[in-house]
Amino acid sequence: MSGLIGSKLGMTQVFDAEGRIVPVTVVDVGPCVVTQKKTMERDGYEAVQLGFGAAKEKHLDRPRIGHLKAAGTKLMRTLREFRGAWDVNVGDEVGASLFEGGQKVDVTGTTVGKGFAGTIKRHGFTSGPRSHGSMNVRAPGSIGQCAWPSRVFKNKKLPGHLGDVRRTVQALKVFQVLPEENLLLIKGAVPGPVGGLVIIRPSVKG
Amino acid sequence: MNRLERIEKSLAATNRPQFVVGDAVRVHAKVVEGGKERIQVFEGVVIARSGGSNRETFTVRKVSYSTGVERVFPLNSPNVDKVEVVRRGRVRRAKLYYLRERRGKAARIAERDMRGKRAAELAALLAAEGVASAAPETPEATSPGVADGGAADETKPGA
Repeated sequence: MSGLIGSKLGMTQVFDAEGRIVPVTVVDVGPCVVTQKKTMERDGYEAVQLGFGAAKEKHLDRPRIGHLKAAGTKLMRTLREFRGAWDVNVGDEVGASLFEGGQKVDVTGTTVGKGFAGTIKRHGFTSGPRSHGSMNVRAPGSIGQCAWPSRVFKNKKLPGHLGDVRRTVQALKVFQVLPEENLLLIKGAVPGPVGGLVIIRPSVKG
Repeated sequence: MNRLERIEKSLAATNRPQFVVGDAVRVHAKVVEGGKERIQVFEGVVIARSGGSNRETFTVRKVSYSTGVERVFPLNSPNVDKVEVVRRGRVRRAKLYYLRERRGKAARIAERDMRGKRAAELAALLAAEGVASAAPETPEATSPGVADGGAADETKPGA
């Protein structure tokens, strides 16, 4: 299975052939550089390691610098592995042209962190009335029974940390590929903040 | 300008004339009817421009058989074949929603004087804004200041 590492540039809109507005996320995909090939003989599985994003030497630790120097590639901030055999060699650049317009992709990213969030934002609870003496505006309400079971059930939806988790959105359509700019226009939203790291793979749903 | 803004700019339509709120325009819109495509002309006053870059839309209002009709067009839509400016209006609002409560004579808009120094300055500002951007809202917003300065200069020697 192939894939790319990218950086989310943000969302905008484009027009399709019928003149309808299509919301798209613009993703900068490098180009990514092949930094290592894992083989069945040596590593016990087939995979390709890609690097993304320029880095200064002072920002990387010495094992990373040694690894990239051995591969003969420039220094890169992010390395990610993509499982499966793939017809590329170490040092090759892979860019937006890996995908084509109309293809379905799965996009993985780290969602925007919302911090400690209440039940309304976190679980979609309804809010209570704001007036007429109501004291129950954003409160979660009852969280259980009484003497039995004398405890709160596990997995009860309660306030807590929201966002900043790895999420994959499946079967998003690649609207357009801009190979000379190394950009992908992906229809719809992609997890993560602007500037966030995303991984784009061909969709498992096809 | 960041990369996303640059891309948005490249997505914007190039053949749009410079027009501002208050102008009367003829919008040549493509409509698909029974599998066939034809051009429909919608003529009216631009009462609002909204959004920026390639997302910009404009609202055109006309009174058709004594019923007000408003249509919102995406400025860069390929379904907007052409926009012609019919008349330049002079208004002091960015949004002309007050026209909705007016009928007939009360809903008139004064013609903008395109001869003097102020108009030339405005035109220059509009041109400087760039052909590609097609976003003359900023010059429109800044023009009162420029215009006042120009007008004051002109009136002083006379007075």
